[in-house]
Amino acid sequence: MGRSDCLVVIPVYNEAENVGKVIDGVRECMPGLDIVVVDDGSVDGSVGIVKDKGVKVICLPFHMGYGTAVQTGYKYALRSGYNYVLQMDGDGQHEPKNLPDFLRELKGDRADVVIGSRFLEPRGRKYHGPLLRRIGRVLFAAVTSFLIRQRVTDPTSGYIGLNRKALEYLSKDVYPVDYPDADVIVMLHRAGFRIKEIPVTMYENRSRGTLHRGMRPLYYIFKMSLSLFVTMLRRRGEPCL
Amino acid sequence: MPLRQKIFAVMVALAILVAIVELVRRRKLKEEYSFLWLLVGALMLVLGVWYGLLQAITRFIGAGFTSSTLFFFGIIFLMLMNLHFSIKVSDLSEKVKNLTQEVALLRAEREESLPSSD
Repeated sequence: MGRSDCLVVIPVYNEAENVGKVIDGVRECMPGLDIVVVDDGSVDGSVGIVKDKGVKVICLPFHMGYGTAVQTGYKYALRSGYNYVLQMDGDGQHEPKNLPDFLRELKGDRADVVIGSRFLEPRGRKYHGPLLRRIGRVLFAAVTSFLIRQRVTDPTSGYIGLNRKALEYLSKDVYPVDYPDADVIVMLHRAGFRIKEIPVTMYENRSRGTLHRGMRPLYYIFKMSLSLFVTMLRRRGEPCL
Repeated sequence: MPLRQKIFAVMVALAILVAIVELVRRRKLKEEYSFLWLLVGALMLVLGVWYGLLQAITRFIGAGFTSSTLFFFGIIFLMLMNLHFSIKVSDLSEKVKNLTQEVALLRAEREESLPSSD
C-alpha cells in the first residue's frame, strides 16, 4: 500500500464533538495524507469516533497535557519514517484548507518549521479570543520577534508544519511539554532551524473540552518568561539530550 | 551545656541515626536518599557531645546564641533538601512522560500488528 511521506498529527482531549469533523476536513482537503490522532486520556468517547473513521489513534494511558500528546505524535512520525508532520488541533480551530500551504513551504525547502498565523490572513476573519490570552499573545509575539530578529505574529498558533530535521529535534527531551509555543520558536531558531509564518484561517474555540482550557494565565506568563530567559542563556546549538 | 541537655541531644541524634538505618534496612528508604539524613544525625551527635564546636561555629558566623546557629543551619538544610527533591521530581516527571509515550506508542504498534483483534 502506497504511503504518504507526510503525517497529520491531531492531539485531542475530550473532543468527541469536533474530532470527526476535523478528520473529515483533512480528508476532503488532502485525501492522500496519513492521519494520526493522539488521544490524551479522553473520557468522552473521542477515541471511538476516531476509530470509526478508520484513523490511526495513539492513546496515552492517562491525561498528560497538550505538549506530551503532541510530542507523542512527533515520535510516532519519526519511528514510522515520515518526512513531514502537519500538526493541528482536534477542536476544529484550524482550517484544514490551509494544509497544502504548509506542505508547499516544507517540500519547497523554504523552511524547516512553518507556523500558521491567524493574524497574517489577508482578507479574512478577525480572531478575538479571551482578553488575557490576547494580551499574552501580543506580549510574547513581540518578545519572540525581538529575540529571533524575525517577525512572529502568532506564537501560540498550534497549527504547525515540520520537516524531519525539526521533528528529530523536537522529539528529544529539549521539548518543553508544559505550554510549548514561544519558547519552542526561540529554541528552534537558536538551534539553527529556519522558521516561517504563513497566513491561515483560524476559528474561535468551538468546544469546551479543548486542550488549552483552564490555562492559568499567570502561570503561563511566568513559565514562558522563565523558559525564554533560560533559552537565551543556553549556548546556541546546544547539545540535544 | 548541662549534662541532662547533653544526654537528651545525644539520645535524639542516636534515635535519628537508628531510624534512618532501620528504614534503609527495611528498604523503605534508598541509600541514595539516606546519605544527607545520616549526615545530619551524625552532626547532631557530634554537636551534642562536643558543645564547644557549636560555640565556636556561633562565634565564627557572628550569631548571638547557639540556638540561632542551630535554627539557621537547620533551615538551610531543609531548604536544600526541598531543592534536592524538586530536582528529583523534575527528573521523574520527564521519565514518566517518556514512559507514558512509550507505552502509548508500543500499544499502537501492537494494535497495528494485530488488525483483526478487535
